[in-house]
Parts: sequence; C-alpha cells; structure tokens
Amino acid sequence: MGTEGKKRVWEDYLKEIADDHYFYVRSCIRQTFFPGSETTFLKILRDDLNKDVFEDARHTTCTGIGYHTDIVPLETTMTVIARHFALMTEAGYVNIIPSCVTSFGLYTEVLDTWKHFPEIEAKIREYLWKATKREFKIPENLVHTSDIIYKFRNRIKDLSKMSLVHKKTGLPLKVVEHIGCHYSKMFPQSGIGGAEFPAVLSGMIETWGGTVIDYPERRHCCGFGFRQYLVRANRGYSVSNSKKKFESMQPYQPDFIVANCPGCSMFLDRWQYTIAELEGITYDNKGTGIPVLTYEEMAGLVLGYSPWDLGLQMHQVSVEPLLDKLGIDYNKEEKYLGSNGQNIGEPQKPMFLIV
Amino acid sequence: MQKMTTNNQHIVIIGGGPAGLEAAACLGTSGYRVTVIEKEKQTGGKLQILNNLFPEFRNSDEVLNHLSNRLKTNPPKILTNSEVVSLIPENGRQLVNLSDGQAIKADSVLITAGFKLYNAEKKEEYGYQIYDNVITSFDLEKQFKGGNPVRTTMGLTPRRIAFIHCVGSRDKKSGNVYCSRTCCITGVKQAIEIKQRLPDAEIFNFYMDLRMFGQNFEELYIEAQQKWGVTFIRGRVSEIAEHLDNSLQIKAEDTLSGRPIRMSFDLIVLLAGMVPEPRTLEIGKSAGLAFTSGNFLAGMDSHMCQNETNTPGIFIAGTCREPLSVSETLTDARAATVKMISWLRENEAKSNN
Repeated sequence: MGTEGKKRVWEDYLKEIADDHYFYVRSCIRQTFFPGSETTFLKILRDDLNKDVFEDARHTTCTGIGYHTDIVPLETTMTVIARHFALMTEAGYVNIIPSCVTSFGLYTEVLDTWKHFPEIEAKIREYLWKATKREFKIPENLVHTSDIIYKFRNRIKDLSKMSLVHKKTGLPLKVVEHIGCHYSKMFPQSGIGGAEFPAVLSGMIETWGGTVIDYPERRHCCGFGFRQYLVRANRGYSVSNSKKKFESMQPYQPDFIVANCPGCSMFLDRWQYTIAELEGITYDNKGTGIPVLTYEEMAGLVLGYSPWDLGLQMHQVSVEPLLDKLGIDYNKEEKYLGSNGQNIGEPQKPMFLIV
Repeated sequence: MQKMTTNNQHIVIIGGGPAGLEAAACLGTSGYRVTVIEKEKQTGGKLQILNNLFPEFRNSDEVLNHLSNRLKTNPPKILTNSEVVSLIPENGRQLVNLSDGQAIKADSVLITAGFKLYNAEKKEEYGYQIYDNVITSFDLEKQFKGGNPVRTTMGLTPRRIAFIHCVGSRDKKSGNVYCSRTCCITGVKQAIEIKQRLPDAEIFNFYMDLRMFGQNFEELYIEAQQKWGVTFIRGRVSEIAEHLDNSLQIKAEDTLSGRPIRMSFDLIVLLAGMVPEPRTLEIGKSAGLAFTSGNFLAGMDSHMCQNETNTPGIFIAGTCREPLSVSETLTDARAATVKMISWLRENEAKSNN
C-alpha cells in the first residue's frame, strides 16, 4: 500500500482550523455514553494547550438524531442551529466547534445550503427572530473537535507521557480508525484528508507512535445508521453492519479501535458485547474483545491521564488489555470509584464476553 | 495554369504524435515546409505506449513505421524536447514561442497536441497509486509492450482480474461529463489479451453501458464473451479496498440483477479516460481559441468545420479536440491538412491580388 499516494490525497483536503477562542457545543449522546471524553477535551485544551474554550449551558441538541430519522423538519433543524450561532455571536465568538460528528455534518450542511440558497437563510433568520428575538453571525470557522486535536497533535506529542507502542515488544500498536459517515462523507472537503482516506484520526495515531490498519471494510458504516438502530425492528441490521466491520478487521489483529463519532464509539463498543452474547464470538484471540476509545480518550492516555478519570470504566469492552499493552500503571480496584471516592456500582458480568 | 503550391509557406505542427506525423506527411507531400514541435524526446506520442491496437490487434509499431516511412520523402524539420509556451496570431501569420526562448514564424499552425490519460488518483475510491494492484489501462499496455507476463506486484499470476470502465469519463463528480469513447473497446481488447496470456484467469468488466461504435468493435465484444469467456457486469464500482494479502475487494451493484456485489480480485485495471494535455489549454488561450466544455480545443462547427478554429490560420486535429481512436486520429489529421491547404491557397491568392 502506497503511503505517498495517500499523502497526495491528503494535500487536497487541508482546511483552516482556528488557533484559539472556541465556542464549544456538546454532543447529546456522548455525555451519556462516554462522559469523560468531553471533560477530557476541555481539560486538554484549557490546561495542556492553554486555549480559550467557551460553552453556554443554554445550547441544546442540534436535532441531528430527529433530523436523520425524519422526525424533525429541516426548517426546525436550521432554526435550532441558527440559535446556536446566535449564542456564539452573543458570547463574542466566531469559531464554533461541535463535539459530535453528526452535529458537525449538519452544521456544514446548513451553512452550505444557505450559501447556495440565501433566501432560505433569510427565512431562517426570520423564524429565529420571531421565536427568540435573536440574531446571529455566520461562524468564521466551523470544525469538528477532533480537528482541533489533530491540529495540536504535535504539541500533544511534546507533552505526552507515553506513545501508542507496545510496552513489551516495542512495536507500534495497530489501530483501527473510524471517522464516522457524517464527518466527511457528505462534504469531503470539510474533513481532514477527505472521505476516502481520511487523515484526522490516522494523523493523531501516527504522530503518537501507533500504526493504522487499512482493512477492506474501513469505509463501512459502524452500524448505527440512525434508523437502523432507532427503529427497534431494524436493530439486527445495525448489528450485522458492525459485524461485517469486525470480521474484516479481525485478521489484522487490532490492538484497539478509535472512533470520531459518538454513535460509532458506542456501537463499535456495545455491539461487540451483543455479538459475543448472541454468537459466542469475539474478534480478538482472548475473548475480551477489541477496546474502543474516543479520540479524546486516546489523547488523554498519551498525556498520562488516569484511565478512570477518562471514564474508560464506562466502556463495554474492557480497556485493561490495552492499558497493559501500553504499560499504564492503573489500580483495578479504583475502576468503579466515583469522583467522591464512593463505589458507583459495577455492571453485571456478560455471559460470554470476558471483562 | 494554376500556380503550384509554394514551397515558401511554412507550417508549424504542434505535437509529434500520430496526428502530427500524419499531417506532416500529407503537407510535406503537398510541398509545404513543415516544422514539427514535439515536447518529448522523440515523436510517436501515445503510439509508443500502446502495444496492440484494437480491434484487429495490430502492433502499434506497424503504424509508427508506416508514419516514419511516409515522412522519408519530404522530411519535416522535427524539434524534440521542445515545448510551445504560446501561440500568438500576428498580422495574418502565427508566432510560435518555445520554452527555450526560440520564436518560430508560421503561415499556418496545426495543433495536434494529443491527450493525457485522466489522473486516476482523483477517483480516490479506487485507490490508484495507493493500492499496489490497482493499475490503469496504460500501465497494462506498458506491461504488454515490454513483453512482461501479467503479474501482481507480489509477482504472482493473477487469477481474477477486473476492468473498471468510465474512470474519469461520463462522471460529473470527476469533472468530465464527456465520453472518452475508446475505453470500452480497450477494456474488451485488453481482457482478450489477458485471456490469451492467462487462459485460466477470470476476467470481469464493470461498465455503465458499452459503446461499440467502431467497425468490428461489436464483433470483438461478442468474441470476448463467446470465445474468451469474459464476464461483463453492468454496474459502477463504488469502492476498492485492499485485503491483508494485497488482493483487492470491490463493491458494486449489478444493475441488471439488481443486487449488490462484493468480490475480490488479484488485479484491477482502471480504464482511465482522455483529458487534454495541460499545455493545450495554455497554447489555446494564448491564441484566443475556443474550448469545449471538457477543455478540448473547439472547432468552428461540429459538422462542417471541425478542424478550423475561430482564429484564421490555426487548425486542430486529433485528440486535442476530442477523444478519438488511432484510426480516427489519422483520418482527422488528413482532413485538417485539406482544410489548411485550402486556406493557405486562398490566403495566398488574396495577398497576390
């Protein structure tokens, strides 16, 4: 496989990423599934990189899930997003950074729609004014939060406490990266590296010492697909999509998966449990599954954060095999201790998946 | 008695491929002083890459030899390794500026700058120059020409080979809406050539529709299926990915059976289309010429004046004006010289009056 060819592709998909002063909009589902990720992102930016990040508690869902399941009409979605822009404008910011790939894709879609159809933007401005008496400016810079980590990947390397290298063998860890469909498949120019050979996560992985697995079903959907999961009758379809990916990546023996998108992180993690319980199989050779991290968790580990502060105990597939490979000194007894030191309770043990 | 063609009139031909050489032979026979400017180190153009020509598998060297023999009687002046940087119409004549600073005056200019293969890297989903065993039809032709056996990059004999049609042609996403015309029959020809070398190989052609416009093209397409067992699947390939063993996985849809397909191949050949040579755009702009929507040079009229341009004295022929086969290119070059000679005679008659 030619890396030079990939580099040539990447050169066509470089984008401007603001250097500082970000208006941060959170993801709806990430805070529930992987609550440490967003906390970690803010900590890395504020404490390690000394950046100014502002968030407004009044910001809401972008309606992405409702939009992609045909429940929320486009005009409503646009008006909600316009309100976020208004909050950003009122706070004196011009750079907006959604923490969710679907939000990022939707914001990009809305801005692109307004660019081509200014009359729609005018209509949405009118709706927003009627509903909230708010006005807004178009963001000068819209990027996904992973783009920010990508931008500062070398700085993070400088601050790092460890590399993505197997402690015992000294070999780079083999990492599956999954950018999520809404990151750049709709607007390839908006994603670092484009849609076919995206560089946003692979850039982090390679900078921090790991190696990227390019497996045949790399581009395939994680299985979430919104309607595939949200409509209960379709969930088998969702699992089968994830299964296809796991089967395709299995021969490469990945050490872990890193995902860009809240939904992808969730389904690539949880469906391993589901498939294990349904079929009695896992996609590693020890029965523990392939650990799945968010990019902030990966960055946090590299920066030496405690795995339990990162919220890695919230994952279905145990992360301990990965921590052992990285040589991270952790206390398993502290895994289920809350920030107040009290036990938060342990999940039930699966039948098949070893945790 | 009508005055014979003057030998003083000087014609510059930009591009020494088959069109340029054929035109040089015709114009030389008619008594004109001809200079051929070729950017490469030798003339012959893409005929030097192509091995056997469709549909009768004629070796391209035969055509090259034919052209060089024709040039022996009235040899033109040939400038190789010379690039034209601009073409400036000046007082009814043409000034041809070369990259080495030389300026050549001509009574008339014929542009036969040819084509370039579409850069298949732009179709990122196919991974050309990323996946080792994804090659173009030209890469395969070079293998044939070199007399090398068809092998994967691992040096293995491929058992299953796919041809993907319309790579960078009839594809709005790639920026080229036009049909490159010759790729369909090239896919058929090369599939047969592989079967001739590797009788046990399975060959699949993925196509949108097959445009077998030329004489004996349809017959060759039928022969590919009946005699050689080449399979044709109507469906565009959506993506190529690489397996651990460097073989390739494709995803496509068989639009006749209405089923999605996932198949593995040892070698994939991209039938990349034709695009104009980048230099043609600059030359054409400097001379004030018109272009087609695909950035080929445009003739004055698509029926009656294909070889004449909107600038008097500048003519065009071959694949710089539209995708053509080798035989069409040669015919087009001949047609252009007839138009050019008529114009030169009329122009001379006017100036003599």
